Amino acid sequence: MSSNSFAYSEQSGGGEATELGQEATSTISPSGAFGLFSSDLKKNEDLKQMLESNKDSAKLDAMKRIVGMIAKGKNASELFPAVVKNVASKNIEIKKLVYVYLVRYAEEQQDLALLSISTFQRALKDPNQLIRASALRVLSSIRVPIIVPIMMLAIKEASADLSPYVRKNAAHAIQKLYSLDPEQKEMLIEVIEKLLKDKSTLVAGSVVMAFEEVCPDRIDLIHKNYRKLCNLLVDVEEWGQVVIIHMLTRYARTQFVSPWKEEDGLEDDEKNFYDSDDDQKEKTDKRKKSYTMDPDHRLLIRNTKPLLQSRNAAVVMAVAQLYWHISPKSEVGIISKSLVRLLRSNREVQYIVLQNIATMSIQRKGMFEPYLKSFYVRSTDPTMIKTLKLEILTNLANEANISTLLREFQTYVKSQDKEFAAATIQTIGRCATNISEVTDTCLNGLVCLLSNRDEIVVAESVVVIKKLLQMQPAQHGEIIKHMAKLLDSITVPVARASILWLIGENCERVPKIAPDVLRKMAKGFTSEDDLVKLQILNLGAKLYLTNSKQTKLLTQYILNLGKYDQNYDIRDRTRFIRQLIVPNEKSGALSKYAKKIFLAQKPAPLLESPFKDRDHFQLGTLSHTLNTKATGYLELSNWPEVAPDPSVRNVEVIELAKEWTPAGKAKKENPAKKFYSESEEEEDSSDSSSDSDSESGSASGEQEEEGDSSDDSSEDSSSEHKSDSESASEVGNKRTAKRNSKSKRKRDSEDGENENEKSKTSDSSNADSSSIEESSSDSESESESESESESRKVTKVSTPVFVPVKTHVLLHRMSGKGLAAHYFFPRQPCIFGDKMVSVQITLNNTTDRKIENIHIGGKRLPVGMQMHVFNTIESLEPEGSITVSMGIDFCDSTQTASFQLCTKDDCFNVNIQPPVGELLLPVAMSEKDFKKEQGMLTGMNETSTVIIAAPQNFTPSVILQKVVNVANVGVVPSGQDHIHRFAAKTVHSGSLMLVTVELKEGSTAQLIINTEKTVIGSVLLRELKPVLSQG
Amino acid sequence: MIHSLFLINCSGDIFLEKHWKSVVSQSVCDYFFEAQEKAADVENVPPVISTPHHYLISIYRDKLFFVSVIQTEVPPLFVIEFLHRVADTFQDYFGECSEAAIKDNVVIVYELLEEMLDNGFPLATESNILKELIKPPTILRSVVNSITGSSNVGDTLPTGQLSNIPWRRAGVKYTNNEAYFDVVEEIDAIIDKSDDVSFHPCIRFKRWESERVLSFIPPDGNFRLISYRVSSQNLVAIPVYVKHCISFKENSSCGRFDITIGPKQNMGKTIEGITVTVHMPKVVLNMNLTPTQGSYTFDPVTKVLTWDVGKITPQKLPSLKGLVNLQSGAPKPEENPSLNIQFKIQQLAISGLKVNRLDMYGEKYKPFKGVKYVTKAGKFQVRT
Repeated sequence: MSSNSFAYSEQSGGGEATELGQEATSTISPSGAFGLFSSDLKKNEDLKQMLESNKDSAKLDAMKRIVGMIAKGKNASELFPAVVKNVASKNIEIKKLVYVYLVRYAEEQQDLALLSISTFQRALKDPNQLIRASALRVLSSIRVPIIVPIMMLAIKEASADLSPYVRKNAAHAIQKLYSLDPEQKEMLIEVIEKLLKDKSTLVAGSVVMAFEEVCPDRIDLIHKNYRKLCNLLVDVEEWGQVVIIHMLTRYARTQFVSPWKEEDGLEDDEKNFYDSDDDQKEKTDKRKKSYTMDPDHRLLIRNTKPLLQSRNAAVVMAVAQLYWHISPKSEVGIISKSLVRLLRSNREVQYIVLQNIATMSIQRKGMFEPYLKSFYVRSTDPTMIKTLKLEILTNLANEANISTLLREFQTYVKSQDKEFAAATIQTIGRCATNISEVTDTCLNGLVCLLSNRDEIVVAESVVVIKKLLQMQPAQHGEIIKHMAKLLDSITVPVARASILWLIGENCERVPKIAPDVLRKMAKGFTSEDDLVKLQILNLGAKLYLTNSKQTKLLTQYILNLGKYDQNYDIRDRTRFIRQLIVPNEKSGALSKYAKKIFLAQKPAPLLESPFKDRDHFQLGTLSHTLNTKATGYLELSNWPEVAPDPSVRNVEVIELAKEWTPAGKAKKENPAKKFYSESEEEEDSSDSSSDSDSESGSASGEQEEEGDSSDDSSEDSSSEHKSDSESASEVGNKRTAKRNSKSKRKRDSEDGENENEKSKTSDSSNADSSSIEESSSDSESESESESESESRKVTKVSTPVFVPVKTHVLLHRMSGKGLAAHYFFPRQPCIFGDKMVSVQITLNNTTDRKIENIHIGGKRLPVGMQMHVFNTIESLEPEGSITVSMGIDFCDSTQTASFQLCTKDDCFNVNIQPPVGELLLPVAMSEKDFKKEQGMLTGMNETSTVIIAAPQNFTPSVILQKVVNVANVGVVPSGQDHIHRFAAKTVHSGSLMLVTVELKEGSTAQLIINTEKTVIGSVLLRELKPVLSQG
Repeated sequence: MIHSLFLINCSGDIFLEKHWKSVVSQSVCDYFFEAQEKAADVENVPPVISTPHHYLISIYRDKLFFVSVIQTEVPPLFVIEFLHRVADTFQDYFGECSEAAIKDNVVIVYELLEEMLDNGFPLATESNILKELIKPPTILRSVVNSITGSSNVGDTLPTGQLSNIPWRRAGVKYTNNEAYFDVVEEIDAIIDKSDDVSFHPCIRFKRWESERVLSFIPPDGNFRLISYRVSSQNLVAIPVYVKHCISFKENSSCGRFDITIGPKQNMGKTIEGITVTVHMPKVVLNMNLTPTQGSYTFDPVTKVLTWDVGKITPQKLPSLKGLVNLQSGAPKPEENPSLNIQFKIQQLAISGLKVNRLDMYGEKYKPFKGVKYVTKAGKFQVRT
């Protein structure tokens, strides 16, 4: 207490000094009679004036002084009204300092604090994300219950903010609101659930923190985000990593079965020293013979490993405890090196790390044995570090290293730090009991220490020797004699008591010495310590029972002394002993057994590590350090016997519904892959070179994250990324297979007209019955995709609304010497490649002889354009006709693909130029998503025009018909009659193409196209405009 | 997580307090003072203390205690690491982490603490971000500020906070672009070393794992890129040796003290900056020594002998000899004191580690690159 009052006066002194400095710079400094308490009021008046002033510099000065007061713990609450007025100051530093003040005092001045709320509410809508974030931060830090609803609303809004930084702050605000009003829990959990889905690394740590504080038992909220969290982990900021790792450790222990195998189990069970063998066998038998680790379990272990190399000790420790608690025992070893590295850090880190190593080293010596020397003690280490190191050294001691260790211990015993020297002696004792080979060596060493000059060392040695001798009493008469002599010199009560006890126990082995010792002790009985007196009584009693002839009188003398001792314990003991050993008429049945009672074989003490019982706490926690359960400690559950359903972590087509982006990538989440993924594994080896290609098409930050989060599934679906150069037909097969299985679910195979081609390109048996043309099953698959669109945020490619029958001439029969060719766009995703447009070519033989060997010859394609040709047609009968499929990657442009159509005898130059509307694939999406996407594609990504046409042309069906005739777009269901929306993605890059037709009054309409692909956007606009205007 | 922070100086004054949640009374520190008293030595104050309603987690840095108040379970290392980060930040901002510096800059300190934690959870701890938010004080700026009333608060937005590379702010531009590597190796004499590495978060783990290449976007300014440890098997030699003869005569009030230092194997490089520190036994009253080189001091209160040797010239090995005065009548010390040695070898990395090459991608300019090697004594203790 005294130091505290001292602190107070010192503080105000110091405080004045800094204020003085600031005064000097202030413009309206008063004459300055400060230093006395009475002037404080006056000074505050002055601060108030400065705050009222219209100069920012004066205000700033005042605020700085006020913050100085707060920092020193002085009360500045009376300035609240004057300060709060400045909450809307334009000066950013004044504003910040006002915030500091507000957060500190709002709780005490609730009514006045409310004056500031509107400022924050306004700032929450600011276009600048940092201002929004800071407003939320301060608003949520004001602990005024009245504003709970306002906070709730602000948090909800901020959790949907576009800026991840604002969302991070929303996650922090959740905890603040929860501690202010726990009744909001349910609503807050909803926000947490939403933010857990967030893919930003900024948000992840903060929201998991909120989860841990608000609803740590809602483990179900984690399932769907588990893999994402594992994958994001490396990129999360370090503090977030710690929180997430601890949470995932708990999660893993509830969701996976134990990876600890039988042989590991044994070591694990070592601690259950008294468990019968049978017990153990039962246990191990119960374990399933064949254990396979859940891939999610493996994912966590794998993804945390690199973090062992973090510079942040807390992160390293977090990973270490994760490995300790959830990884297979054979893999735990890798953490030792990292933990040992942390020992070079400051003493606080060393302290915590050593504690954890101490606990680990009890159960698994092997882990740290190679690092034995890292735990050698330096004379400059603080005592607490020294004793922890010593503890670890003891745990690591074994037959092989004990001699080295004992040599090291010798140095420690000589240490000037006597507390540490004493601890070392205890340690030697423990080594002696644990390793029978060295028991004698240790004992001899300890006996040598008995002649040490330092009494503490001698005393400690005596105590330890006592314990050791107790274990093997037979052969140590000499040592006991030696110790008896020590009684003349040693004064430390514990040591004296120990010697007396030893002699008493072994009185029959030292028949000459024992009575003499008793004699000496009787002489000085009254001046002994209580502890020693009790042992003198014991010694007397034991001798009385074994050698009453010599010691009867002595004992009675001692008992008399004890009877009148000041200490009641001693009086009690005296009375008890007298009744028991001295026979008289009243003595009961017990005295017959007195000898048995006093000289019973006593079990040797177990010299144990003080860290023995800490392992039931999760490592790295506060509870483990304190060895008591801290407030808010979350138990680590035992492994479940049977793993809960692992499929809860499956993420269906995550928000990847952003299908239109990298087409290949989006596909991999397609649920249909379940049907064939098994058989596909052999193809997995394909590298993901095309993956990066498709990403580059539209690389936004979000997509990259998406890529990360889907890494886990990419293993079995990477085949989708095959580069085009790789056998395209194989890809084709797969895709057909996929579709096939998909359509199979809903209908029996419906044969399309083109089955022939299909079977040509496909080898896989199950693909045979399927058809490329799904147009016939439109209605069904459409409904399927619609239902999907509801469950997922945005949707995927839908089937075309309308397929025009219009064909284009590829080769006129006149110029083709009788061979005629037409092409048309079936508006289907191409089977040859995700980036290709399907083209069907119908060949007619108008001659009267066979045309043989029809194939595609030389190609002249613009850069980047690719073409998948049809297989050579051996022969075409006269009047015969055949339809074949091709795929052309037009690179989202309307450039012409030129190539040669060849027969056995001739080559004809032909061209395909796609109408812009055929470069699209329809996308099904909700109106909401449409608007959201449209909101992101404004500015230069938007083109629009006005259309004038007769009203009959603006009926919904006419508009729909016209638009889908021109372009392969999907219809977006619209809530408003006068707005029609269509959505598609470009085939090559997957960029969105959003078409809006908004009817205005009269006969005008606005046509708007939003797309990143501004060129084809404007071309499409140009093509649509005349079509829509026509009658 | 972290509820409050108290800064306490060596004489037990609480000179700064900051609360991130409701205010916790200063009286909670009484438990800390109690523990401090019990520990006797500052180094022995337990870093984690349990009180009836709170837990106190503290660090001791530069003669100051940073005492944080915790209410619920939290990994202690999390708090300790954070507190050290706070101290590092002060050091970075004010050049030293001392009571005077903190008091002089109390407003900046407060602004920093406000940014570093939100509701007790770390928000911005990277020096780069903080410096964008709050400018460090300079003499010039404080003069300008006092005249113009302008502020230390940055008016630009902290871009680093919003990007995926929090350790570097956006748009760093200099006329001279320089990349310097200081390879500092410390020899730890009684502790063995094993090769192990820790990284600044800017290093891409994946590349390191697959190619053993350190690939990174560097922070602007000084930073620790990696820390590594080399195992003793790889370590060639200890560069210095010490000949010592320290003896205390029985039943006499004096003793002899004689140490000589020499270079063992230094690959042609000079060993410099040698300092020997010895914690003498308590019975030593005074020492009368003669150094052949450098100067020595003995503090009779702390019993610490410091010998500032300087450079070793092989021709004449530095030595320090003389008499030790002991308290008369006291038993002679049980053990001879250990010698703690500091030294430096420029232009040498004793492990043989080298910066092989530095490639820079994505920028047009060519930076100036430089590498400097230093080998130092770490915790180098010679038992006598």
